[in-house]
Amino acid sequence: MDLKELYQEIILDHGKNPRNLRKTENFNKDAKGHNPLCGDKVHVFLKIDEKKNISDISFEGSGCAISMASASIMTDLMKEKKEKEVKELIEDFLQMIKESPEMKTKIISENEKTKLMSLSGVKQYPMRVKCATLAWHTLTSAMKNSQEETNTEKFD
Amino acid sequence: MNINKIKKQFPIFNNKVHNNDLVYLDSANSSQKPQMVVDRIYDFYTKEFSNVGRSVHYLAVAATNLYENTRTMMQKYINAKDPNEIVFTKGATEAINLVANTFGQKFLREGDEILLTELEHHSNYVPWHYLRKLKGVKINFAEINNDGEITLESIEKSITPKTKMIAITHLSNVTGAILPIKEITSLAHSKNIPVLIDGCQGAPHLKLDMQDIDCDFYAISCHKMYGPTGLGILYAKKKWLDALPPYQGGGGMIREVKKEGISFGDLPNKYEAGTMATAQVIAFGESIKFLNQIGIENIEKHESELTKYGEEVLRKNNSVKLVGNPKNKGSVLSFTLDGIHAHDIATILDEDGVAIRAGHHCCQILHDKLGLSATARASLGVYNTKDDLDKLNESINKCKKIFDR
Repeated sequence: MDLKELYQEIILDHGKNPRNLRKTENFNKDAKGHNPLCGDKVHVFLKIDEKKNISDISFEGSGCAISMASASIMTDLMKEKKEKEVKELIEDFLQMIKESPEMKTKIISENEKTKLMSLSGVKQYPMRVKCATLAWHTLTSAMKNSQEETNTEKFD
Repeated sequence: MNINKIKKQFPIFNNKVHNNDLVYLDSANSSQKPQMVVDRIYDFYTKEFSNVGRSVHYLAVAATNLYENTRTMMQKYINAKDPNEIVFTKGATEAINLVANTFGQKFLREGDEILLTELEHHSNYVPWHYLRKLKGVKINFAEINNDGEITLESIEKSITPKTKMIAITHLSNVTGAILPIKEITSLAHSKNIPVLIDGCQGAPHLKLDMQDIDCDFYAISCHKMYGPTGLGILYAKKKWLDALPPYQGGGGMIREVKKEGISFGDLPNKYEAGTMATAQVIAFGESIKFLNQIGIENIEKHESELTKYGEEVLRKNNSVKLVGNPKNKGSVLSFTLDGIHAHDIATILDEDGVAIRAGHHCCQILHDKLGLSATARASLGVYNTKDDLDKLNESINKCKKIFDR
């Protein structure tokens, strides 16, 4: 496996200059996530409107290029999505990172799927899968407005 | 000292990692094992196995003698006064838990203070933390200086009339700082405070003399000393092992068991409840032989030269920042790279067969203090060479190439 496949340009770009790395003003849901093995931390903020649409999403945190890129691409993608769609996307992404060769959802464009698929390089690096999934698990917690910190060690 | 000859004794180096020769720079985490240690485990299980200290048959007696022989070897290796001052545990972590638990039970009261340092590994903090809730004990941390060292003055400043125990590392697994443990012990004793040394990083690399250091407790991790996993050693002065209560209860540690009450066995059995890691203890005897064959002074010299070389090489590399700059430094090179997270470094280095550790190295307190979420760490063992450090540097440059695309 080529390292360049893991560290694709899009990952380096988002890893070095993460989008939405800030704190949403007047957020109404949030959750913290932590990977205790490597110390990666992420805090996801959501602003969900009356129609249950995500009107803004942002994150704060620190970590490796993979975890920062994953949080950056994820937050970009989730803006303006409905609550139901967010759940579907999370499930589909996690499925793709774990085993599925591609993403099945029809909510997002092929172009957007390609962006997410750029993270699939971690499949060859079992120790790094959690870097790619931390933000996504944390988003799930944020949707539930869970006070309990997401801990990657509690997931498969 | 012929490093190639020494390296040949380690079968792991016959294997390739991602089609590359293994450059093992993670010995502070765990060292590799020489063939003689691996063989000893195999031989014990295939030819000599029995439980120790229980039965009277031939194999049991022979195994017991082998087991006790390692205790005596270790006593000599660290110049303890008495073989009964060597207690086998499942690791250095258990050794520290043993002291924190029994010492806390018997001697600590609400408001008493334990003095640690900001350099401590979680294994020399978490066991003491339990005493906060259990006993209302307070924990203080002596502060590091700008070079990542703990000085005698820093300890002296942090001692209060309520300090009842000083528990400190011998050698930091992050900055590499070697603490002046003899001077600290002498200062502590002048104030009647016992001292525990976390010797995980000290014991594999430095000459040890318990009677000279005069500390009360010294915890050792055998798997970092070219020995098997699942084994640690607590050195404790006999007066403490006599005074403290047993840690775990079970078979082997008792004298008499009645429905009305129990009396406990003599040392060292008092602290070795249940079936111990017999094969590991016996194989660890070979690790001591291995260290003695080379001579710890020679190992110290070799590793010190390599550390200096590694520092030089990494200092010349402009994008590398070394973590800590202690004057008295062990063979640990922790570093950060501008704009590249430690885990990305470790993954890229691994592709070249270069094994390092990335993260907080079980030292979150220290990383918080340094304002770093993670560092990369190359740590050395007796089998490392200058060539390994050159390869490390080459791989670091590859990280930059990948990230600067």
